[in-house]
Amino acid sequence: MPRAPRQGITQPMHHALFFHGETLHLMPSGALFWPARKTLAVSDLHFGKSERLARRGGSLLPPYETQATLEKLDRDLEYTRADSVICLGDSFDDLAALDGMEESARLWLARLMAGKDWTWITGNHDPGPIEIGGTHRADLKVYPFTFRHIAQAGEKAEISGHYHPKARLAGQTKPCFLADANRLVMPAYGVYTGGLRAHDAALTALMARDALAILTGPRVLAMPMPR
Amino acid sequence: MTTLPPALADWFATKGWTLHPHQLDMLARAADPATLLIAPTGGGKTLAGFLPTLAELGPNPAPGLHTLYVSPLKALTADIRRNLGRPIEGAALKIRVEDRTGDTTHTQRRRQRADPPHILLTTPESLALLLSYEDAPRIFAGLQRIIVDEIHALAESRRGDQLVLQIARLQSLNPQLRRIGLSATVENPPALARFLAPETTILAADPGPDPDISMLDTEAPPPWSGGGGRYAIPAILNEVTRHKTTLIFHNTRAQAELFFHDLWLANTEDLPIGIHHGSLSREQRERVEQAMTAGALRAVVCTGSLDLGLDWGDVDLVIQVGAPKNVKRLVQRIGRANHRYNAPSKALLVPANRFEVVECQAALDAVRAHTLDGEPRGPGPRDVLCQHILATACAGPFDAEALYAEVTTAGPYAALTRPEFDACLDFTATGGYALKAYDRWQRLKQTHGRWHLRDPRAAALIRQNLGTIIDIETLKVRLRGHGAPLGEVEESFAATLTPGDTFLIGGQIVRYEGLREMTVEVSRSPGRDPRVAVFNGTKFATSTLLADRILAIFQQPSWPELPAHTAQWLSLQREVSRLPDPHSLLLESFPHDGREHLAVYGFAGRNAQQTLGLLVTKQMESQGLAPLGFVATDYATLIWGLDPVTDPAPLFDLATLRDGLDTWLSGNAVMKRTFRNTAIIAGLIERAHQGRRKSGRQATFSSDILYDTLRKYDPDHLLLQITRDEALRGLIDFSRIEALLARVGPNITLVRRPRVTPLAAPLFFEPGRIPVQGEGRERLASAQAQALMEAAGLA
Repeated sequence: MPRAPRQGITQPMHHALFFHGETLHLMPSGALFWPARKTLAVSDLHFGKSERLARRGGSLLPPYETQATLEKLDRDLEYTRADSVICLGDSFDDLAALDGMEESARLWLARLMAGKDWTWITGNHDPGPIEIGGTHRADLKVYPFTFRHIAQAGEKAEISGHYHPKARLAGQTKPCFLADANRLVMPAYGVYTGGLRAHDAALTALMARDALAILTGPRVLAMPMPR
Repeated sequence: MTTLPPALADWFATKGWTLHPHQLDMLARAADPATLLIAPTGGGKTLAGFLPTLAELGPNPAPGLHTLYVSPLKALTADIRRNLGRPIEGAALKIRVEDRTGDTTHTQRRRQRADPPHILLTTPESLALLLSYEDAPRIFAGLQRIIVDEIHALAESRRGDQLVLQIARLQSLNPQLRRIGLSATVENPPALARFLAPETTILAADPGPDPDISMLDTEAPPPWSGGGGRYAIPAILNEVTRHKTTLIFHNTRAQAELFFHDLWLANTEDLPIGIHHGSLSREQRERVEQAMTAGALRAVVCTGSLDLGLDWGDVDLVIQVGAPKNVKRLVQRIGRANHRYNAPSKALLVPANRFEVVECQAALDAVRAHTLDGEPRGPGPRDVLCQHILATACAGPFDAEALYAEVTTAGPYAALTRPEFDACLDFTATGGYALKAYDRWQRLKQTHGRWHLRDPRAAALIRQNLGTIIDIETLKVRLRGHGAPLGEVEESFAATLTPGDTFLIGGQIVRYEGLREMTVEVSRSPGRDPRVAVFNGTKFATSTLLADRILAIFQQPSWPELPAHTAQWLSLQREVSRLPDPHSLLLESFPHDGREHLAVYGFAGRNAQQTLGLLVTKQMESQGLAPLGFVATDYATLIWGLDPVTDPAPLFDLATLRDGLDTWLSGNAVMKRTFRNTAIIAGLIERAHQGRRKSGRQATFSSDILYDTLRKYDPDHLLLQITRDEALRGLIDFSRIEALLARVGPNITLVRRPRVTPLAAPLFFEPGRIPVQGEGRERLASAQAQALMEAAGLA
């Protein structure tokens, strides 16, 4: 029997977005939950980023981002009880990222995937299908939505990632969702991910003038998208 | 005793120059391994440092680098090259002198590596780069002497720590290397001598006569708040006309710019006046330096870039605008006037606001009493050591044992233990992480017992990030639709702005409109309560010495020695509230502009006042008083929030403050800022380069994320240890809070007033506001988002 998401006082507050006839929960972590389909969507996990930098002879960043990202994902899955998961691309920083993944992290990911309908959408960083379970696709249509990595011109009811949008409110910059009548752009979910200011030309050109920015953080707050 | 080449002695004679006793002493000690010369400005200190080298090189020296001269300032190297050129050319000595700084052209640098001059003049950063090349042993082969000028200034910062590590390296390459340190203002000569080398002899020259120093009389009183001293322009111009050449010192570049602009408008007599500071282009700086040397300028408006060394014999007046913060720096600046030995320097102090009138008076008293301030620095920071290890690896494979032995010969690292060294080495090699190492992708690897770069291509990146100076990024501010920039603001300040915010720049209030191609666009605004944009610059905390003297001045029944306006201001404060005293801690509480404010007059110096702000706001947060932020000055901390403080004693309980210090430290903005600096210096993250920031897609992520990740997964990581150490001794300065609370005991006085008090008013114009992330801010953010939605018709 399907159970509704558990929502207590200690649980994070989401922002409910009504989008093409469906209610979507924009979560404090930057994940999106679609209760009607029990589907959780996350974008730009960038597993293995620190290792890629190290391999290229650069800095040796704290190698904990995969663990930190998995912890977030674990919490969100536990909280939402989602049956389906859609990763909107750039899940792995490059081809070697899965090889470089610690055994414990692989097992952890496998445990999260177990029993779920799991889709990996290919992003510009992803090398293509890799040896891990789930379905690999260029995009995914689940009526009424199209899930893909990079937003396409002229699309309707589209949910995408790629841009890592962030915006500033009351002196703090936070990753944010961007939403207008036609599309929803998701923030990066991975821990070591930079961001692109929402007022950057790439985003202002993409989004309609009345778009909203919905900021992640302890309280999910909606405001007009900065321009 | 080493003697001068006859040609040089003859040239001195034809010029009618006689060497000073300390200059002769330096020649006599040419063979000593290390000498610290303390001589007043104008005493031929630099020439004294070079005489042994000129004598040893003689008229026809063999090729090769003989002497390395290191100064903290680029400007100084160019000046020394000119000054040294005169006797060398005059005596027809075939000695090549060249400088090498960040401004030296690429071609010139390459040639210098292939064929080094006899005397190379450089800075610690350029030296670090030279030493990181594979051919460093060849470049420095045969080096006989290193001269460190203005050594006291270097010894106060990480630049000095880096320099002594480099000197240790040079000494390994050339065991015969001798060291000379030069300084005019030293509060603790033995400590500085140990910094230079383990066995250093101190040579103190005759200090010369006392300076002629006073506060400038002006018709208009200084403003209630702010900096810049522009009110004093008529009086300053008058002084400029009465002297040959005047140096007008400011504490920040922004203030120097604004002052210069207004000075120029008031300069009806068209006196030739220039400006010199570190943000100007090299061409501009050089033009001013040359005009100054040629005696073509009547005044130069300048900053710390001219604090040190430039030998401009014609300067007969120094004007310090703004409180000097530190007596030693003031003495240094006064010494810029009158470089003739045994003639008194003449200086005028111009307080920028009323508070500074009191501080200037305190500084005058201190100079007259010959007291210098200065707190001892702790052991050499380990982030600098990490960088040194990486730079050493760039030059070639090294043996850890030998490098450890070498590093511990450097004064600040004498007490470094082998495990501490190994932790730094491990950090540079593997990242030093507890839970997982980059086994396959180490930065440094050990082969046949020697450490080297895994990927030699990494050397270029490491070299780009050498140096311990962390630049403060600035952005130009422009009126939307108009060409000329109004000025610059720090990027960190710009990042806190949202469209509609107002701030003060160039004396006018402007409204922030947006950021466009690295320029802050603004429009004019009639707003009345601006946020204030100013450079943070280098923040020197007012020394304990000066703070104590200020508190003592406050206790006087009246202030006949102070200008009437300031005496009246203090009287008014005494009437409306009360004046701080050494035996209690004064707090004032008042509402202003819809927020509750608490002013804490601790007089503990800027850094300790900032810590107090962090600790007290944390306590306020837990008491539900919803603090929103605070700002600290050398005298006070101003905290604002949604609810008033009524019972202050628990907020200032030392045991509670100390207990929670560690927890509080870890999450706050100061720690994150300190971590960022440490992470850049130690080589964990790269410096932000202008070009890279322009590339639309922002690939970098904030150091705050790394800080939070390390705290969560690797709380004992080396960089967090270093950050804690650095913050505690530098930015946190908890010892001054302890001293403050010990001094006042249970005497904490809270005065509640209906509005801003005379003493608190200047605090509202301070830059460097630190937000408190808590319930108060969440409440505000909700309200602000709601308002924005309503304004957009979306609610």
